[in-house]
Amino acid sequence: MNTNLEVNIAGIKMKNPVMCASGTFNFGEEYGKFFDLKKLGALVTKTITLKSREGNLPPRIYETPSGMLNSIGLQNPGVEMFLKEKMPFLRKIGIPVIVSVAGETLDEWTALVRELKGVRGISAIELNISCPNMKMRSGRARSTMFSQDADATFEVVRKVRKTTNFPLIVKLSPNVTDITVIAKAAQKGGADAISLINTVLGMAVNLEKRAPVLDAITGGLSGPAIKPIALRMVWEVSNAVKIPLIGMGGIMTARDALEFMLAGASAVAVGTANFINPRVIPQIIEEIKKYLVKNKISNINSLKIGTAPIL
Amino acid sequence: MVQIFKCRILENSRVGQNYFRMIFAAPQIARESRAGQFVHLRCTTSIDPLLRRPFSIHRMDRDKVEILYRVIGRGTAEIAKRKAGEIVDVMGPLGQGFEIPKGGEHSRAILIAGGIGVAPMVMLAEEIKKVRESKCLQCSDVTSEITESFGQRVRVLIGAKTKKELLCEKEFKKSGCEVKVATQDGSKGFKGLVTELLEQSLTTHNAPPARLADCQSLTRGSTRRTTIYACGPKEMLMKVAKITQKYNIPAQVSLEENMACGIGACYGCSVKTKNGYKLVCKDGPVFNADEIVWKDEYQPGS
Repeated sequence: MNTNLEVNIAGIKMKNPVMCASGTFNFGEEYGKFFDLKKLGALVTKTITLKSREGNLPPRIYETPSGMLNSIGLQNPGVEMFLKEKMPFLRKIGIPVIVSVAGETLDEWTALVRELKGVRGISAIELNISCPNMKMRSGRARSTMFSQDADATFEVVRKVRKTTNFPLIVKLSPNVTDITVIAKAAQKGGADAISLINTVLGMAVNLEKRAPVLDAITGGLSGPAIKPIALRMVWEVSNAVKIPLIGMGGIMTARDALEFMLAGASAVAVGTANFINPRVIPQIIEEIKKYLVKNKISNINSLKIGTAPIL
Repeated sequence: MVQIFKCRILENSRVGQNYFRMIFAAPQIARESRAGQFVHLRCTTSIDPLLRRPFSIHRMDRDKVEILYRVIGRGTAEIAKRKAGEIVDVMGPLGQGFEIPKGGEHSRAILIAGGIGVAPMVMLAEEIKKVRESKCLQCSDVTSEITESFGQRVRVLIGAKTKKELLCEKEFKKSGCEVKVATQDGSKGFKGLVTELLEQSLTTHNAPPARLADCQSLTRGSTRRTTIYACGPKEMLMKVAKITQKYNIPAQVSLEENMACGIGACYGCSVKTKNGYKLVCKDGPVFNADEIVWKDEYQPGS
């Protein structure tokens, strides 16, 4: 039986629905030593900012039950170095490349996106408006993320939408009272797709030292521990917006990935699992294929809740 | 090149109160590793504990790799439970190991190990021994004889809290090293910190090796007479850095930091250096001591 794993999200044609999550895959080179990157549905880069960022002081990571906290602080070489040193490698892989970007002010966002104009090999831009380690420096609240404010989300998406022709994916934070309000604001601003969830804000304390573990005190929780939260939010958002969703949050196996697709995601991203098993993405893709064959599903896009045979 | 291997555990036994030694079959890692490099092990096959754990390579024997570790948390406790015959998921070899400087056949080496920091030093001592047993290309002397006769044996300083926690003394002696011990409670050897022992050792033993100065590889500008290698707690390494700076002796230190990916992708294990942040997993774990910005040197607000 032929199984079709192809998905089309916001005009990005992917040969399968599995991509890497931003910030867990750097720019691909390290993982290219473990598997042929051509197998990826798409590659999402580490988040790029207009100027290079040094990142936060260590300790930056800490393991928690079935998860990990991080406060990397968006360490990255900046857009100019990215285009010069990373883009040639990414272009050569021959798969859709989604460039993740972040800014602190509206002007920074637009200036950054302008730098990507006409760059060959980029398929879409992901707006990381939800990094817990980067706050917005505009609007009324100085200390929150863009994605914690519906108006700020709308503003930044609309501004960037006017600046670029690339498809826009907007990445949302779970650290909000009602994620559907933010998702709708992103859609209204002109987002072509939504990716969710970014990490859940968390903290760890060292009893021996009587101090926070992370130098930044708080960090973003990722890994299997956050999967139920992510599934719930994908489900909620899928019922609130028309644009396609990329689901992520604790995916370790094909089973996890398929659960996200049933909850309403058109594609999935694998993050923290890459740290434990650098070959996990091609393994997940293979397992999804097996599941479809075994269950006689010819097209992954027809996988929806309520489609299981009645026993 | 780094790869992931399913390795059979040949031995996993207690060697001290909280210390264990694991030997597993890994021919490729054994072939390719250098002293100071590390392997990244999964604790179990479950998702909790989630992340791999990095371990310095302790020794190698043709197709076997050995790690020496201390149980300090949930991950190492799980690893200590694994039995001979079981399979362990190993990524490696990873990172940049110790560099034995050119002309290292003649130069003096002092190895400083604190606590479980002895783990990579045993392999380093064996590596230095191999280098010394090779002929010097410049003066074609068999250098081990020379170094022996001039009291130039590799010197190892081991620090431990108590005699009970002292590790690997025998292994170093087997490699022909001169071993000195410091315990904090004075239950064996020098009473105090191993860094105090280092300072003492430098004030009494830093005269240049006289006859060896004839060899061209030594008289070249870049060749220095002593190299210090250290692995242990951060406070110890910081002191080693200060002492070696004072005596103007090059030092290489092996650092540790919470680690996730082990391959330079996640930027979790960063360390502040004079040239910006570097990664313990990819740029290290071994760094030149004078390159590191130690915690007490951090500028407030930086």
